Amino acid sequence: MDVSVIAKEIKRDDLLQMYDYLRLTRALEERITALYRQGRIVGGVYTSHGMEAIAVGYASALERDDVISPFHRDMGAFLIRGFTPGEVLAQYLGKRTGPTKGKDGNVHMGDLKRGVFGFVSHLADNLPVAVGAALAFRIRGESRVVFAGTGDGGSSRGDFHEAMNFAAVRRLPVVLFCNNNQYAYSTPLHLQMAIPNVVDRAKAYGMPGEIVDGNDVAAVYLAAKQAIARARTGEGPTFLEFKTMRMHGHSEHDPAKYVPRELLDEWKTKDPILKAEQLITQLGYGEEAYFQGVTERVTREVEAGVEFAERSPLPEGPEVLEGVFAMSAES
Amino acid sequence: MKTVDHTTEEVSYLEAISQALDEEMTRDERVFLMGEDIGTYGGAFKITEGFLQKYGEWRVLDTPLSESGFVGAATGAAIMGLRPVVEMQFADFISCAFDQITEVAAKNHYRWGAAVPMVIRAPFGGGVHGGPFHSECPEGWFFHSPGLKLVAPSTPYDAKGLLKAAIRDPNPVIYFEHKFLYRRIKSALPQQDFIVPLGKADVKRAGSDISIITYGAMVHLALEAAQTLAQEGIDLEVVDLRTLMPLDKETIYSSVRKTSKVILLHEDNKTGGIGAEIAALLAEDCFDSLDGPVVRIAPPDTPVPFSTPLEEFFLPKTSDVIATARKLAAY
Repeated sequence: MDVSVIAKEIKRDDLLQMYDYLRLTRALEERITALYRQGRIVGGVYTSHGMEAIAVGYASALERDDVISPFHRDMGAFLIRGFTPGEVLAQYLGKRTGPTKGKDGNVHMGDLKRGVFGFVSHLADNLPVAVGAALAFRIRGESRVVFAGTGDGGSSRGDFHEAMNFAAVRRLPVVLFCNNNQYAYSTPLHLQMAIPNVVDRAKAYGMPGEIVDGNDVAAVYLAAKQAIARARTGEGPTFLEFKTMRMHGHSEHDPAKYVPRELLDEWKTKDPILKAEQLITQLGYGEEAYFQGVTERVTREVEAGVEFAERSPLPEGPEVLEGVFAMSAES
Repeated sequence: MKTVDHTTEEVSYLEAISQALDEEMTRDERVFLMGEDIGTYGGAFKITEGFLQKYGEWRVLDTPLSESGFVGAATGAAIMGLRPVVEMQFADFISCAFDQITEVAAKNHYRWGAAVPMVIRAPFGGGVHGGPFHSECPEGWFFHSPGLKLVAPSTPYDAKGLLKAAIRDPNPVIYFEHKFLYRRIKSALPQQDFIVPLGKADVKRAGSDISIITYGAMVHLALEAAQTLAQEGIDLEVVDLRTLMPLDKETIYSSVRKTSKVILLHEDNKTGGIGAEIAALLAEDCFDSLDGPVVRIAPPDTPVPFSTPLEEFFLPKTSDVIATARKLAAY
């Protein structure tokens, strides 16, 4: 992307804040991976390593009242929405101070007050739900927008298509995206679909779509901004395909030997943090010492989070019985 | 006996449902409807006839043929504070939305605290020559899924009162309305606003010899059998569950403790049906009160067949209840 365009379209502080969140996401997820390897985290660990720019970019483009329904590799979006590293780590450790109080694990976090829908493992399940949130905004005449996504694998599911169709028919204020990281667990794209780009699916629903470099935070941010503006002004939904590469296994237990080495080597040079640093340097907003300072700061933040999470109490067994039914609609 | 002001005109079961929707939509602007052919056409059974004209296209939404999509959308709208009531054209089609109901809506509050105040209307049951895809009783599937409430009215009064209560409840409620009863039964209803609380069974006929525990259209079968049996000196108590989840154990147990003999009657397939669960509960909690085997009357484990003699064989009949009761009375 042209640097002069970025200088004009993205405020300096906004770009630097996105860099902060890229760094914080990576530091937090690297710490989570380390805790997993030490056996202190049980269960799945799904990281956004090498894909951080997608969540950071789109979540930075939204307004406070908007709602997101994240993909499971969108840690940056949780952080931008106000989830602290401590809360995230408490969630991973199954602590009562985590957003689900131990009822659910890892990235299955949601909080209505912060406008985040809780992730559902059945990929694409949350897309019709997100479209329904947009429907609520449309019915009430609110100028709020929903941003929701799934992966390349999730785009094969019926719910993906039902959500796309319904959103388009009713021209709802929603942006639907695909994190196309080339692999659904071990299944490569060519065994997932017979089309070259996920965005081709949008055509069938009469929905405008765009391919975006998912490793370029500025590109993600600007594409998201534009799609959000369309949604907010009543022009209907947009589909964004963020092209990226899954640099780790599906979950941290998976060495992903099925991914060709050369592919990973190629994408390593396109690392989103590297790209952001190059951009910031080109724009003259900061250089090595600045990057170092940010890295140290977010590392301290993550360490404070680890301390908080480890100090936090575990839930008591009988708490399993709480919350099956809501007593009132207010949560 | 309830003392109420009755309207002069009798209202059918179908009209009672329609009235409940209309009154709730007038009372609460958050209530809106979604489903296939419910707008211009007024619904396959004409329950929402005239609603589109009265409430407009954003409160009465004709959806694409997309059960999973619109149940998901209803979930999202409910999370955002609306009160969606969705219509399955036939309860049979609810299987298309199974995942959205059991995985997303049912678990939402438990996982991350956001209530899903949604009602799914499901016209169910046989006796209408609908064949395998227009006659099913799918309540057993959902009975086993924590987080859902299930209701199945047998009279116009209960149909209206339970639907109003379901709409006002902060949880996902599946409302099983029996197609066979739509135009076959009528009664006068109170003029003022009333609800039938969820979770409360109703003794439709007090008796001393045998408790017959049932719901939906089978209630009428039981009442009919009770009349014949009364002439033989066998006094049947007919317990109408009305709400299947949560079960009103108190009413079930107090009836069984009084009569000591039990027939469980339902139209859903026998194996793994709600009768099986009640039989197990009685074995656990009322064993000392029983003076005979707990007996189930339910269709065989086959799909609901089309041809008249096959369907007649399949469905429980008044004569089945009479024969079973005679045997049990003599035990």
